[in-house]
Amino acid sequence: MLRYTVTRLISLSLSLIAASIIIFFVIEIVPGDPAAFMLGLNAQPDTVAALQRELGLDVGPVERYFRWIFGILQGDFGVSYTYRTPVSELIADRLWVSLPLAIYALTLSTLIAIPTGVIAAALRGRPTDTAIMGVTQLGIAVPNFWLAMLLVLLFSITLRWFSAGGFPGWEEGLWEGLRALTLPAIALALPQASILARVMRSALLDTLSEDFVRTARAKGLSRAQALRRHALRNAMIPVLTIMGLQFSFLLAGAVIVENVFFLPGVARLVFQGITQRDLIVVESVVLILVFAVIVVAFLVDLAYAWVDPRLRHQQ
Amino acid sequence: MRQPVTRTLLAAGALGFSAVFSGAMAAGHLGPAVTIGMQLEPPMLDPTGGAAAAIDEVVYANIFEGLTRFASDGSIKPALAESWTISDDGLTYTFNLHTGVKYHDGTDFDASDVKFSLDRARADDSTNAQKALFAAIENVEVVDPATVKVMLSEATGNFLFNMAWGDAVIVAPESVESNATEPVGTGPFKFVRWVKGDRVEIEANADYWGEGVEIEGATFKFISDPTAAFAAMMSEDLDAYPVFPAPENLDQFAADPRFEVIVGSTEGETILSTNNKQPPFDDVRVRQAVAHAIDRQAIIDGAMFGYGTPIGTHFAPHNPAYVDLTGQSNHDPEKARALLAEAGYADGFSATLKLPPPSYARRGGEIIAAQLREIGIELEISNLEWAQWLEQVFRGKDYDLTIVSHTEPMDIGIYARDEYYFQYVDDDFKAMIAELNTTADEARRTELMQAAQRKIADDYVNGYLFQLARTGVAKKGLKGLWENAPTQANDLTAVHWE
Repeated sequence: MLRYTVTRLISLSLSLIAASIIIFFVIEIVPGDPAAFMLGLNAQPDTVAALQRELGLDVGPVERYFRWIFGILQGDFGVSYTYRTPVSELIADRLWVSLPLAIYALTLSTLIAIPTGVIAAALRGRPTDTAIMGVTQLGIAVPNFWLAMLLVLLFSITLRWFSAGGFPGWEEGLWEGLRALTLPAIALALPQASILARVMRSALLDTLSEDFVRTARAKGLSRAQALRRHALRNAMIPVLTIMGLQFSFLLAGAVIVENVFFLPGVARLVFQGITQRDLIVVESVVLILVFAVIVVAFLVDLAYAWVDPRLRHQQ
Repeated sequence: MRQPVTRTLLAAGALGFSAVFSGAMAAGHLGPAVTIGMQLEPPMLDPTGGAAAAIDEVVYANIFEGLTRFASDGSIKPALAESWTISDDGLTYTFNLHTGVKYHDGTDFDASDVKFSLDRARADDSTNAQKALFAAIENVEVVDPATVKVMLSEATGNFLFNMAWGDAVIVAPESVESNATEPVGTGPFKFVRWVKGDRVEIEANADYWGEGVEIEGATFKFISDPTAAFAAMMSEDLDAYPVFPAPENLDQFAADPRFEVIVGSTEGETILSTNNKQPPFDDVRVRQAVAHAIDRQAIIDGAMFGYGTPIGTHFAPHNPAYVDLTGQSNHDPEKARALLAEAGYADGFSATLKLPPPSYARRGGEIIAAQLREIGIELEISNLEWAQWLEQVFRGKDYDLTIVSHTEPMDIGIYARDEYYFQYVDDDFKAMIAELNTTADEARRTELMQAAQRKIADDYVNGYLFQLARTGVAKKGLKGLWENAPTQANDLTAVHWE
């Protein structure tokens, strides 16, 4: 287990270093000078130069890369060009929306998908299975921003149960915060749940046809008992893989849903950062998201080892 | 750039203004707070350190005040300066300041703050986006705590107008460093908090020196997606959205008894900017042909759903000095083709049209491309982000045509700048603007402004399309929002519930 963990940790660090170099230089070559952008059409050249000095943009890209990286190693992500506040604060604020949203959506998606997938597998070929397969097919096909708009139309404009978007802040209370995140979480979760339910079903069907399940049945276990005690755990590996990918997607890929619900999340911060040429924010957020994706992949690897004892004892 | 003048020289303002000290008003007498939708979030909240219109849309007149200020009709009113006198040579302005004014952090406002603010804005390391507003200032002198003298190096007819901009507000040395995130001004509203990415909250300032406001406070919510903005209005999460991003939804609001659509004018001349040094557009006949090929009403109807006023020159139609020159570039494809043939392009040519993100540009661009195709000009459209547009078009001058709305008030003077991206260079025009800048006589100023408008129309410098309308939505019963936009602001000082 230790060796397994150490190898995974080394590959994690190498991925991060490579990612930081690629992110920095890809973003730096995007045309558009942040200082000129901030000062607008009437700015005089000397004003732009003064602002460039103030923002530390008057040195070359390589030097800026090392300043950025050494800052990050000391926990300092720099100061946002446009907001003039530390990037780490900005990201931390936004994570308080994005992280709960991702967890909320993933929880909803798992709570819906796993039972649905298990039921479909257990009732393979019956009308319930056909109905679940049909609905999940639809769930995959529906884009989540469109689902989001329909939810707003129904629950905000017609029924007035939820506000159309925005986030009051956790200081208004847990309930208010969760309420504001409910529609976005549903919009994010339903398509993900559809995918996950189908993966759950097919993984379970695969294991149900394995020899060890037949043996279990031969031992005298009922189909349901064999499924619960033997097949389910073995079917979890592909499901965990998909959940890991989905969590990364929910954290980083919620741009459109965050825009539809105007939530102050990380994805929208990147979006704003790109349009305002707040390069340092974009670079740092992307790096953190890469970090999050890598860490989630790492955790999923560890979870594999947890559900599959063979991986633990591998030499 | 120098703002060549303008509005009726503050006649009204100079007569003096007696502030009513209402003192602390009990919160109970104020109407409920309002929630205002805005499309863009301000990058920061210090109007003296950035050009983003969203900054002024939150803080102008609400949190920060200058010596003078814009009223909703575009006239200049006294603000922190109670009155002023101008020396006969027009070089010395003596401002008499209001006394008893306090900043929101409790520090006193006096003449030294004025000196500090003006000196800071014109300093070498200033990052003021409109530094040119202060270019004529030679020296600022504190006479006594309630009197400040500003000496100019040359007479500047529009100096009081310049001092009304959001970039010229008076800040305090004690709070200047943190204004970007925690603005401290002298205005009728105090900053409460800024939840980044979501909203800014302000509340009525009980210690305001002037006439108090009529609402408890306000929340500015940032909703950029037009569909989301529509949903937020419809679900009544918002009380008003003064610059609504989707004109196509306005009819729906107008038909809804809960809402009212507010249509006004802005200072935004929307033009087909033309690179005057780029062949074949260096030939005035080609530019004239383009002007005649354009059907303005079709663009206003198609791109702006009918909201907008056609213009024939770079000047706001609501300004008393405006001359209607649209007839000089009427829609006449026959004439346009003849002009092109005369210039040697009987078979037409192709050119690029680079479009920034706003819908007036993206939608208008498609229509203009179709209209120019009629006379044989093929436009290759490329869509740019603002930062790219600034770099390529505005600074790099690497373009043939582009569409942009020039939203600064009274900005015809940009045509006198050789390095400006139109690349229009004309000595007669420069002479007019130079004279305008130093002229105080109203009649002569009007004459010069009109001559300048005619000059650029005669030279067909750009294609003049329309004056951008300000189309907003508000709940019925919410009154006092600005209808027009002499500057980009959401002045809430007169907002009240009926």
